[in-house]
Amino acid sequence: MSDRRFDHLRLEQVRRRFGDKVVLDDLNLQIAGGEFVALLGPSGCGKSTALNCLAGLLPLSGGSIWLDQRRVDTQPPEKRGFGMVFQNYALFPHMSVRRNVGFGLAMRGTGRQETRRRVDEALRLVQLTPYADRLPGQLSGGQQQRVAIARAIVIEPPLVLMDEPLSNLDAALRLDMRTEIRRLHQSLGLTTIYVTHDQEEALSLADRLVVLREGVVQQVGTPEELYRSPVNPYVASFMGYRNLLPMTVTGRNGDEATVHGFGIELTGMARGRFDTGPATVAVRPEDFVVGVEPANPQNHIRIAVEVVEYHGREQAIQARLPEGEVLRLRSSNRVSRGDTVSAWVRHDHVLVFGEQLDGPPVEVAAGPSAGVAANDSAPSTAGAPS
Amino acid sequence: MTVAPPAPAPARRHRPPDPRAHLSHRLAERGIDRTLWLLLPGVVFLVALFIYPLAYGLGLSFQPLKSTDPLYNYKQFFTDHLQRDTIGTTLRISLPAALVNVIASVPIAYRMRGRMRGKRFITTMLVIPITLGTVLTADGMLKFFDPAGGWFNKTLFALHIRTPDQPVLLINNYWGVVISLIISGFPFAFLLILSYLSGIDPSLDAAASTLGASPRRRFWQITFPLLAPGLAITFCLTFVLAFSVFPSAYLVGNPTSTTRVISIAAYEARSVETNDSKASTIALIMAVIELLVISVVLFGRGRLYRGSTGGKG
Repeated sequence: MSDRRFDHLRLEQVRRRFGDKVVLDDLNLQIAGGEFVALLGPSGCGKSTALNCLAGLLPLSGGSIWLDQRRVDTQPPEKRGFGMVFQNYALFPHMSVRRNVGFGLAMRGTGRQETRRRVDEALRLVQLTPYADRLPGQLSGGQQQRVAIARAIVIEPPLVLMDEPLSNLDAALRLDMRTEIRRLHQSLGLTTIYVTHDQEEALSLADRLVVLREGVVQQVGTPEELYRSPVNPYVASFMGYRNLLPMTVTGRNGDEATVHGFGIELTGMARGRFDTGPATVAVRPEDFVVGVEPANPQNHIRIAVEVVEYHGREQAIQARLPEGEVLRLRSSNRVSRGDTVSAWVRHDHVLVFGEQLDGPPVEVAAGPSAGVAANDSAPSTAGAPS
Repeated sequence: MTVAPPAPAPARRHRPPDPRAHLSHRLAERGIDRTLWLLLPGVVFLVALFIYPLAYGLGLSFQPLKSTDPLYNYKQFFTDHLQRDTIGTTLRISLPAALVNVIASVPIAYRMRGRMRGKRFITTMLVIPITLGTVLTADGMLKFFDPAGGWFNKTLFALHIRTPDQPVLLINNYWGVVISLIISGFPFAFLLILSYLSGIDPSLDAAASTLGASPRRRFWQITFPLLAPGLAITFCLTFVLAFSVFPSAYLVGNPTSTTRVISIAAYEARSVETNDSKASTIALIMAVIELLVISVVLFGRGRLYRGSTGGKG
């Protein structure tokens, strides 16, 4: 029915409206066979809509989807042959694990012996062999999710779609399952599109990331590209830049820009074409060096410490700039509430965007899994402009 | 709790504090606490309006007017074919009516289970018959299906499907009662089934479709098995409603022969013969038959999957 291997999946100007609201606006994306692509964005950015359009669960309002020369967006979901893993697992509650996993094969009329062999193989891959005869209700969340994954991959689909598959699991299990998904992808090489709002999940799993905002693609690139050079404050906020300060550019010198505001002056790397005017300055909390007098006075500021959280080797600090703005930092040097300390940051760790971040920055997922991108779980969201 | 008094001076037998939890905690562990009072109104009504009348009727049924044999009424009922046959008559009317109500509700509810334009309007239209009452429905049917002047037959005549000397007879017979029961029972069945269906997680259907299941197989392999226990309950409820049919059996049926249902027999025993004991007997036999049918259905239901259906329940 469907070719397992393909060269390219193409989304051409895929558009989806709900009433007057455009949820997905001219999404163009080309995905190579075998790739692991993450669609990243906060809830309501259109990432799940894109996935449902791919699966055929939602009709398109415009555009087309192609698997090499085969147009798939006009086919019903059962004809596309894509595997899908749902956020709530969507296991059939009245069927045993074995029958759940074998369902797709049964629909394809696969023979009994072949079905048994492939189901056993899939259960072995997700390490659920002892649970084959249980009902889904008798399994833990992590086990249910593994059944859902086995059910999707046993049909050896050309494309696996995963809709926030780990968001219902607790933190420790999420890390385990993440590794498991990575391992499965590496051993089976199934092209995967993975939807998540968790930047750490996206960075650690995907070969390529697509950051979406209100249905519009913001940036496409490898995890490294996005992590190192986000193209705008929105992507930066997703890549761990929790400090997004509205400041004013006062000087530009090649790649470097100098900005003023809140009683401080910073020099950073200019992103975009601008000479003066309003800008958004992005700094990661962990890029600050706290409590050490720098040799070079550049980017040296003094801050008043307001909240200190103990995180083991490091402290998460919420502090205030001389003129009021909240700053988030991380430091292994101990500071206490009420201290006024010095902090500095290397100029190549400061990004200056020649645009304002309109709307509040992205809410960073809470909990330990927010680790890589935002190692700071200070009580409130970033105090950036709105 | 108060502090235990100090041990008596010659502390020969020192009593350690009771290692068990306080009585109120142990009672709460077994579900005995003050919220039990919430059951009081229900219990009062149950006793006054169900258990007492049931016991009274049961006692009455064993005190026949015309004999000293306590089982006289029961023997009479099963030997008199006029009485005995009412069981078959009632089942012949109520079982098909209940079945049609359930079967007709499923596809409509299935189509309407998700979000849908005009859902509220359609639901209202389907549910309106509940508000009409049997008598109004019967009156409407008598006019609509009238063999000579009713719109139904007039239309058939106009379309040359039937000639005026051969009208379709859908009143004052078996069909009249069945139709009336479907009109009044369908809204109940539909509402119940719609709520059972809404309780099934729609992503199960989506998951089955991505796994290659056609709409037909999705229904029979996913939706139907999860819905079946709800269908059994719905069937029981509409069956009980239909089994105790009385007004429509009189108004749109043929109450002396084909629709002489068991409730008519009970009514006649009470009002025509003024034999309360006999009437109670018939009422109890009616209850036992209902219980038998329901037990069969629920026994079958017990063999189905009855756990979570993943939805909002």
